[in-house]
Amino acid sequence: MTAARAIEGSAIVIDQDDVDTDVLYPGSFLNIPDPDQKKNHLFEGLDPSLRDQLVGDTVLVVGENFGMGSSREHVPQAMKAAGIQCVLGKSFARIFERNCVNLGLMIITAPEAAKAARPGAQIRVDAHAGTVDVDGVSFEARPLPPFMLDMIEAGGLVPWAQRRVAAG
Amino acid sequence: MSRTLAEKILLAHTEAEEIQPGDIVMIRCDLVMANDISGSVAFREMERMGVPRVFDPSKVLMVADHFMPAKDAKSAELQRILKTWSKDQGVAFYDQGRGGIEHAVMVEDGWVVPGDVVAGGDSHTCTHGALGAFATGLGSTDVAACLAFGEFWQSVPATIRVEFTGSKQPFVSGKDLILAVIAELGVGGGTNHVLEFVGDGAEALTIDERLAVSNLAVEAGSETGIFPADEVTREYLEGRTDRTWTPERSDPGAPFAREVRIDLDALGPLIAMPHSPGNVASLDDAIGIPIDQAYIGNCSNGTMTDLRQAAQLFEGRTVHERCRAIIVPATAKIYREALAEGLIDTFVEAGAVVSTPTCGACFGGGMGVLAAGEKAIATTNRNFKGRMGSPEAEVHLANSWVAAAAAVAGEIVDPQDVLDAVPA
Ligand code: SF4
Repeated sequence: MTAARAIEGSAIVIDQDDVDTDVLYPGSFLNIPDPDQKKNHLFEGLDPSLRDQLVGDTVLVVGENFGMGSSREHVPQAMKAAGIQCVLGKSFARIFERNCVNLGLMIITAPEAAKAARPGAQIRVDAHAGTVDVDGVSFEARPLPPFMLDMIEAGGLVPWAQRRVAAG
Repeated sequence: MSRTLAEKILLAHTEAEEIQPGDIVMIRCDLVMANDISGSVAFREMERMGVPRVFDPSKVLMVADHFMPAKDAKSAELQRILKTWSKDQGVAFYDQGRGGIEHAVMVEDGWVVPGDVVAGGDSHTCTHGALGAFATGLGSTDVAACLAFGEFWQSVPATIRVEFTGSKQPFVSGKDLILAVIAELGVGGGTNHVLEFVGDGAEALTIDERLAVSNLAVEAGSETGIFPADEVTREYLEGRTDRTWTPERSDPGAPFAREVRIDLDALGPLIAMPHSPGNVASLDDAIGIPIDQAYIGNCSNGTMTDLRQAAQLFEGRTVHERCRAIIVPATAKIYREALAEGLIDTFVEAGAVVSTPTCGACFGGGMGVLAAGEKAIATTNRNFKGRMGSPEAEVHLANSWVAAAAAVAGEIVDPQDVLDAVPA
């Protein structure tokens, strides 16, 4: 396992529940293979101006049941390509959460922290300690199962599988 | 120890000796599927994993159905990759004109039997729960691992028991049953849970209707929506597969996380209003909404049962001048059966467009996307903002009778009113 480190970034906030993957990345762009091009369509159906906030290291702060709907991996791929370090939310849809874990994108459930974070707030996520700091104020996060935390910190399912292949 | 049906299936597909909801375990797949969108990404990731060949070519199939027929060169390229890769790996490939929409084809051609674990690179893989399988949608990297190792990681879900009691009322179909469930649970209420459909109302459903119910399980956030296999399942599978299977159900006293009961005697047709499958209203509350396009078909409601229901409304009538109608049979076989039965003729004569089996406008891919300001009624499973085209369009989800009636009336109406008004 790689050395654990806290993740830091400034908050981009989507203050809505039940945000679906169709608005995060509309179907008509699903034929684009390159993640660097995918990022140009992130948030397209929701609020394309959110893309202007994707400067430097960012943490995406979201509401309940975020990422519901389609299994399209284009969403976390585009997020990673756009410099999002972590998705912090009140709760997540299952396939979206899996996709983040499989791509090594930190995803953390911390309802109180998500509620407290304003756009531009400085966020610090320590998944091992199970804490999220919002502008220096500390909140509790739901512990990530060790299997998922390991996979995220290994860089996702591909490196995890490479290790498995190497081990025979 | 009493177990749920889903727990039994998962236990039979893992090395773990005991499982509890919340445990993360590796699950073996009996079948791995991807399409022209999820496939190419999965192939690349499998290669990066350092695995050149699939774990078992007989358990893998690829279906070109999303951007099919290709709408542009990029989409054509995705299908070329899918075809070349499938040929090279020696796995089944359904090309344009040979299959149809993935979930419908897989069921029709006997790929799935009760007790299977199906891993699909598409969220509506839950559809196969209609046959008593644990069938679940995964992203492309997950699919890559399934192709490479025949396994995926899974947090063991708890089960919500959904009991349908009583009998279906006129113009009520599988679509209405599952919309009633989503209305009860909410679009996130089934997250990390399996829905298990039981009761006399569930047992009375045909496989076509069960498919429509299971298809939308993911719209409540669920991993899958499963019908315990029974005589109806056995009859359906006869002649479709040589594989053997045993009917399983949840043990008496199995631990359910929650129980939901839907009384079919009191259930009328429902509509999911824009922009969420959870925004459910009764048909009565939606009467009079003008409709620019009716879209009948897709993986949830493009069966012969649906086409017959639609034809009942179109027979001897025409699509309203305000409205366009698009019919999408789910598979090539259904298309031919509808042709032989004269249904296609009925549709074309009524002024509807009949599409080749494709995902098409269901996900905004092509073949009938909506303009800004338009209102549609669709038998599909998602009416999210922008799902079928412009983010300023509005989509109402309904069953095939209701969608066809709206096409004829140019607005949402009670199908009985259409049948009464213009005698066929
Ligand atoms: S028909 Fe629609 S819901 Fe079904 S697999 Fe295709 S895009 Fe998905």
